[in-house]
Amino acid sequence: MLNRQGRPTQSGESAAESHPTFTGNRALQQIEPLIFEIGHHETTGVDIDPPAPFKSRLGAHARKGEIGLPGLSEPEAMRHYVRLSQKNYGIDTGLFPLGSCTMKHNARLNEKMARLPGFSDVHPLQPVSTVPGALDVMLQLSHYLMTLTAMPAVALSPKAGAHGEACGMMAIKAAIAAKGEGASRNVVLVPESAHGTNPATAALIGFSVRSVPARADGTVAVEDVKALLGPDIAAIMLTNPNTCGIFEPQIVEIAAAMHEAGAYFYCDGANFNAIVGKARPGDLGVDAMHINLHKTFSTPHGGGGPGSGPVVLSARLAPYAPVPFIHLDGDAPRLVEHKGDAPQGNAPFGRITAFHGQMGMYVRALTYMLSHGSDGMKQASEDAVLNANYIRAGLQDLMSLPYPDHPSMHEALFDDEWLKGTGVTTLDFAKAMIDEGYHPMTVYFPLVVHGAMLVEPTESESKASLDLFIATLRDLAMAAKGNDKARFTGAPHHAPIRRLDETRAARQPVLKWVAPRPISEAAE
Amino acid sequence: MRYLPLTDTDRLDMLARVGVPDIDALFSDVPADKLLKAPLDLPRTKGELEVERIMGRMAARNVAASSVPFFVGAGAYKHHVPATVDHLIQRSEFLTSYTPYQPEIAQGTLQYLFEFQTQVAALTGMEVANASMYDGSTGTAEAVLMAHRVTRRRKAVLSGGLHPHYADVVRTLSEMASDDVVSLPADVAANEDILAQIDDETSCVVVQNPDVFGNLRDLAPIAEKAHAHGALLIAVFTEVMSLGAITAPGEMGADIVVGEGQSIGNALNFGGPYVGLFAAKSKYIRQMPGRLCGETVDSEGQRGFVLTLSTREQHIRRDKATSNICTNSGLCCLAFTIHMTLLGQAGLERVAQVNHANAVKLADLLAGVKGASVLNESFFNEFTVKLAKPAADIVEALARKGILGGVPVSRLLPGAGLDDLLIVANTEVNTDEDRAAFVAALAEVLSC
Repeated sequence: MLNRQGRPTQSGESAAESHPTFTGNRALQQIEPLIFEIGHHETTGVDIDPPAPFKSRLGAHARKGEIGLPGLSEPEAMRHYVRLSQKNYGIDTGLFPLGSCTMKHNARLNEKMARLPGFSDVHPLQPVSTVPGALDVMLQLSHYLMTLTAMPAVALSPKAGAHGEACGMMAIKAAIAAKGEGASRNVVLVPESAHGTNPATAALIGFSVRSVPARADGTVAVEDVKALLGPDIAAIMLTNPNTCGIFEPQIVEIAAAMHEAGAYFYCDGANFNAIVGKARPGDLGVDAMHINLHKTFSTPHGGGGPGSGPVVLSARLAPYAPVPFIHLDGDAPRLVEHKGDAPQGNAPFGRITAFHGQMGMYVRALTYMLSHGSDGMKQASEDAVLNANYIRAGLQDLMSLPYPDHPSMHEALFDDEWLKGTGVTTLDFAKAMIDEGYHPMTVYFPLVVHGAMLVEPTESESKASLDLFIATLRDLAMAAKGNDKARFTGAPHHAPIRRLDETRAARQPVLKWVAPRPISEAAE
Repeated sequence: MRYLPLTDTDRLDMLARVGVPDIDALFSDVPADKLLKAPLDLPRTKGELEVERIMGRMAARNVAASSVPFFVGAGAYKHHVPATVDHLIQRSEFLTSYTPYQPEIAQGTLQYLFEFQTQVAALTGMEVANASMYDGSTGTAEAVLMAHRVTRRRKAVLSGGLHPHYADVVRTLSEMASDDVVSLPADVAANEDILAQIDDETSCVVVQNPDVFGNLRDLAPIAEKAHAHGALLIAVFTEVMSLGAITAPGEMGADIVVGEGQSIGNALNFGGPYVGLFAAKSKYIRQMPGRLCGETVDSEGQRGFVLTLSTREQHIRRDKATSNICTNSGLCCLAFTIHMTLLGQAGLERVAQVNHANAVKLADLLAGVKGASVLNESFFNEFTVKLAKPAADIVEALARKGILGGVPVSRLLPGAGLDDLLIVANTEVNTDEDRAAFVAALAEVLSC
């Protein structure tokens, strides 16, 4: 039987299930051992001639024992890592609706540009006179970021979003200290619905954290913020659009309240991709905001990183931006590498990473910005928002919305109210999506929503792709409501591997390969 | 715009399905006076060819390391990376995947993280390693915070041989958290008395080996004194290739080992992205920052891998987390793992030997240059040269002759009175011709 997309609706158990293979492989689904199980200590996939005899100057420090690492020849290594790649899902594989993570098309032009030797093969400490093009990339990227945010300054060096949060909060701490309030103003407000990185960052920088309650409609109310304000409040860390996918309607009032109380407004810019070209954080009263280049400007995330998290700063915080930074003496860019070299009026709070930040990511982000232009970036935001709302509209009769009163921005948030009584959990539902060929949405986040499911399609998806996704989720939702529980509780059935025991991994941590043993016993 | 699949017809159909008259109706929570009415003052969309031209012109203005005799190190190193590495990390399924939150369809990422952790533990001589940090410098700061958690003390002692930028990163974070830092003065000859700084308040001693000036150091006596006072030894390296030739820090008693992994698998990239390596004794795993990948089984008993011990992390522990870090350098540690797998221990030892041999050759050649002398007793692939003239001027003069001749210490430590020192690195990429050109040019600019 075919459904409306022309796909069979009955998966059933395949005939092959009753005929286990000798290898444990299932055709292209192959079991791949670890390199430690297939490599040898004497094997190497790199040809390099030994040096002619020479007098070592290692002294007593020469390594005596074995390292204990195997090598693979080049063909073995190629096959091993290609096979591993085949056990992964990426945005090029299919729709990757991870809300709050933003998985959009990774243009290969960005990769090609980042690999130009003039960018990739340049040392951070080679003479500044030999890298004018690198400084130009940093200047241009800064210009784009400042224009898109209406902020007068940017610190480029943070190496990821959370590192950017730390950088912004350090600038706030430095500004407070400069006003002589360092000892008394030490509390940061963080909404319950915030990313865990926000309270963790505030604590890292030596602040204590006070929670702002979430309203029933998923937003933060200015009265709740005002009730918490006092001379001890240093800042609020607020995500906007927030983690429920809603633009905080009272953001301007909240910013004004913070400023009136002598405090600062840190905006978590993780969801900036929803408003690029539509609204500017500087116009809303933001003092500092990090921008995840990998999310908003599509640098690939490679299984978890690297990221890049430049921070835009208001005029009040700009003087405290960390070194290194580029200062324009007229038209001439100067790289300021030390606090002591800072131009008049600047008081950098320090250094947060060894070198100049994620140049490779700057190149990719700038390439993306040049490609889109101001018109394309605005259109991308609008399409991301439209796509999210289209998914919401296509599912809201079957799945429940915790916050129906606000439009969704770039991501649509569902809860598990609609699964009540089915015996199917949010996690089961997510795992069943894997069997249908989709990466699950973000589940159980934000924490303030029970059984949360946060869907972010991004602007990269076509209408046809969204229609198929909606149809699949509708089929699954109907199955869940129709007592087809086995489809969910054992899922995934068709992934390279079945449901993994995460509790066991945490209770008996095995964090590295230890002793030679046959693969067949490795699971015992 | 070539990256946007929706057509105008699609958009109209979809707005109708959503039930709003126009797109701005979906931005109704944005205060009306804050919604931009006109496009921002930035260039309009450009085709691929035009973007290539613009970026290409900027790239061409930089001097690429491989285009000249190149001796710059001090925390980042020019090595040869096999073509296979970049090919493999550009496989879509690796490149375009996210953090492996759904392990059943992220076994590729998780298995390489497990291999990475095992390789890093073996290289450093430690019991466990995490799935990488942003880079060596931020990893060092995290190691100090971890030592504070383990010892419940808040005073760190930093060696004068620690890379000045790494020391800066530690100090920045420590100042914010009101922790104590004792920074020893720059220690060119590795003869500082760090033992005298260790007391019962000390949480950790941070020592780099090879140090920033290239000296090799014996960490064992420092570990011994630290442990006698209940403090931890944090061993740092900026050149991971050195571990193919010298005694592993774990064998010298280090409690936490942290360093820069850029040399294996990763390009120079003007400073990033790089990959921080982080390893420790296993009794400290619950205090470690960053991501950890662990082995487990699936419902059919088959081996698989998952992210684990997440109860340390900020999405569960919020402000009580071990760190605010919620990512790693995934793709960079994949590059590291693949290159390390191709090398194996045999290849790593070989390439490390060649690095050392090349550096020894260069040191011998420099001994014949009037106005230059090598300060180090022992070194791996980098050493410090004392010059008869300010090193920054010499480096500029060499650059004008098309040679990138090292890092003046004054660039790392301005005002420290070390303006006549030059840090010179020499790896497997440098040829006899490169060295001859360098030495001849140096002799010339020193004699002017």
